[in-house]
Amino acid sequence: MQPNAEGLYRQMYKSRRFEEAVTQLWNDGHISAEMHLSKGEEAIVAGVLDHVMDGDALALDHRASAPMVMRGIDLALLLKEFMGLEGGLCRGMGGHIHLFSPEHLAASSGIVGATGPAACGFAIAAQHLRPDKVAVAFFGEGAMNQGMLMESINLAAAWSLPVIFVCKDNGTAVTTSSADVTAGDLLTRARGLGAHAVSVDGTDVDEVWSAARDAFVRAREGKGPMFLHATCVHPEGHFLGDPLLRMVRNPVRELRSKVGPLIKAATTGGSSLSERAVSLGSIAGMLGRARETQKHTRDDPIERQRQRLEISDAQRDELERAVDDEVQTAVAAALRGLEAQP
Amino acid sequence: MKTMTFAGAIEDALMKAMSDDPRVVIFGEDVQALRMNLYAKFGEMRVRPTPISESAFLGAAVTAAMAGLRPVVEIMMIDFVAVAIDALVNQAAKLEVFSGGRWKAPMVVRASCGGGYGDGGQHEQTLWGWLAQVPGMKVVVPSNPADAGGLMLSAIEDEGPVLFMEHKLLADYWIDALANAGRINLEYDIPEAGARGEVPKTWEPIPIGEAKMLRDGDDLTMVSLGVSVHRCLQAAEELAKSGVHAGVIDLRTVTPLDTDAICRAVEKTDRLLVVDEDYKHFSLSGELAAIVLEAGLGAKFARVCVEDTIPFDRRREAQALPNVPRIVEAATKLVSR
Repeated sequence: MQPNAEGLYRQMYKSRRFEEAVTQLWNDGHISAEMHLSKGEEAIVAGVLDHVMDGDALALDHRASAPMVMRGIDLALLLKEFMGLEGGLCRGMGGHIHLFSPEHLAASSGIVGATGPAACGFAIAAQHLRPDKVAVAFFGEGAMNQGMLMESINLAAAWSLPVIFVCKDNGTAVTTSSADVTAGDLLTRARGLGAHAVSVDGTDVDEVWSAARDAFVRAREGKGPMFLHATCVHPEGHFLGDPLLRMVRNPVRELRSKVGPLIKAATTGGSSLSERAVSLGSIAGMLGRARETQKHTRDDPIERQRQRLEISDAQRDELERAVDDEVQTAVAAALRGLEAQP
Repeated sequence: MKTMTFAGAIEDALMKAMSDDPRVVIFGEDVQALRMNLYAKFGEMRVRPTPISESAFLGAAVTAAMAGLRPVVEIMMIDFVAVAIDALVNQAAKLEVFSGGRWKAPMVVRASCGGGYGDGGQHEQTLWGWLAQVPGMKVVVPSNPADAGGLMLSAIEDEGPVLFMEHKLLADYWIDALANAGRINLEYDIPEAGARGEVPKTWEPIPIGEAKMLRDGDDLTMVSLGVSVHRCLQAAEELAKSGVHAGVIDLRTVTPLDTDAICRAVEKTDRLLVVDEDYKHFSLSGELAAIVLEAGLGAKFARVCVEDTIPFDRRREAQALPNVPRIVEAATKLVSR
């Protein structure tokens, strides 16, 4: 079985265009507070979701846009939810971090690591009620240091639960470099807990798709969980308006009020000079890493897949235009919903 | 006269405490970015970023404190303490009694709390009543910069576990990071006197467990804490226009609760209105009613609290959180009873 290049491209492109619309609405102030995009994770989500069928369950983290879009949830329902409208997927009560679709057995949570136990529970229900069905848990590498996720991998392995643990690794836990706070390596860790584990380039949808196919086959055959590690980049950082990215993109405006106190703190006593120098070096390193994430356009998962398409430019344009129309229709519906709001 | 922001006052007090006492160490998620100045000044051994492992580092703070340090451990949002609640409920809070008074855990848990910026019900809770319910825990909730700095010093000096909660509407960096995130087209009901205000020339600890009477009034007593204190003061102004004189007490500390100050005021007014951003049921507001009853006062009682999971939608969120119209309405009803 081979992946459908066009279908995967369409899914990734749709998610990306959807999130571009979300970004615009957020910039315009129609969406409140935090906005965590799936941007950069599209190949991972598309490669996994392509194997999902009705009856399979999704335990989603705070980046649930792409999985919800690719699972086929109505785009306008999602946008309205993000805008807090009564007509949203969850009546505007949950917002983008708390998306739920009982029909799709899809549930999200903003608590890091919580998708591990959630997927285990979905899998236990599948063992009883839906033979051959599986549960997928999405989480970042930062969650790999959360106890409940480690407990969940063990539980899934000990009970041979049909769970696919998908670790989306961008190397950064909010603003902290994961390498600085994570010992050992994640595959060895997952294997130590009894899961079958593989690692792929998460910007290559073919690689993800093939690894995920094996994971789903194993899980459906009752052979237990698989840990699928996939690397990626978040071009927008942790969330839209990420403070570190703002400092990198707009150093004059964003750093003006911060540099004075920082220099004063570092130069007026405290720990030894060498320790303070190390701190300043770490801060510079943190900003440097943030700057790096901006340079990864060559690894953009959607662009990579676009290059691989074996259809004519006209066919591709038509595919993209159809998606653009779908997204624009949803945005128009959401804005109408906003106007109709009392 | 010196003024500071709410967040600036906490940082300044921490800077003093850390300069005075090498046992004071900070650890928590992203502290190299969130506490950049302290990180630059004191280095990574004293300001240490952690993995997202709340149960490990909160649990570790307890024994680090038992073994001689004075940790100020950070849970980014109080909602996330649920992941690591064992460290507080079963370990830190129990230690003094279990050890026959021979061992204590002088630690501070610092966490942001509260809503009003549209972040949904999993990131906007206060939970102070829930956490204060366990014997052995102290919980402080400052409403202005001077109290924030002074209470932080007391929290660090305290011999037991203290939960220090900073409301996100008061701390400018939280609004910058979580709410605006670079945007300028959104508005928040930020109480000015809470976000910036006068602070003492040199920091002195403010005793934990002392409420503060902010406004005198004979008709009813409003008791509140955190951002809601400012809503009460505003409501009291409105009520005064219609001839209702409301007193306002800022609890500042949830536990130990300043029972005397509350009962003294309520004895005079015979009416108690609790305004609490925490959940209504099984709560601080219920506790205050019980205290007044136990003191033999037959006061009339009402409360304005959060009654259900906080809606994500900012319009409905604004109704769910205690606001001035709700307070005025409840107060008006209470004085007419």
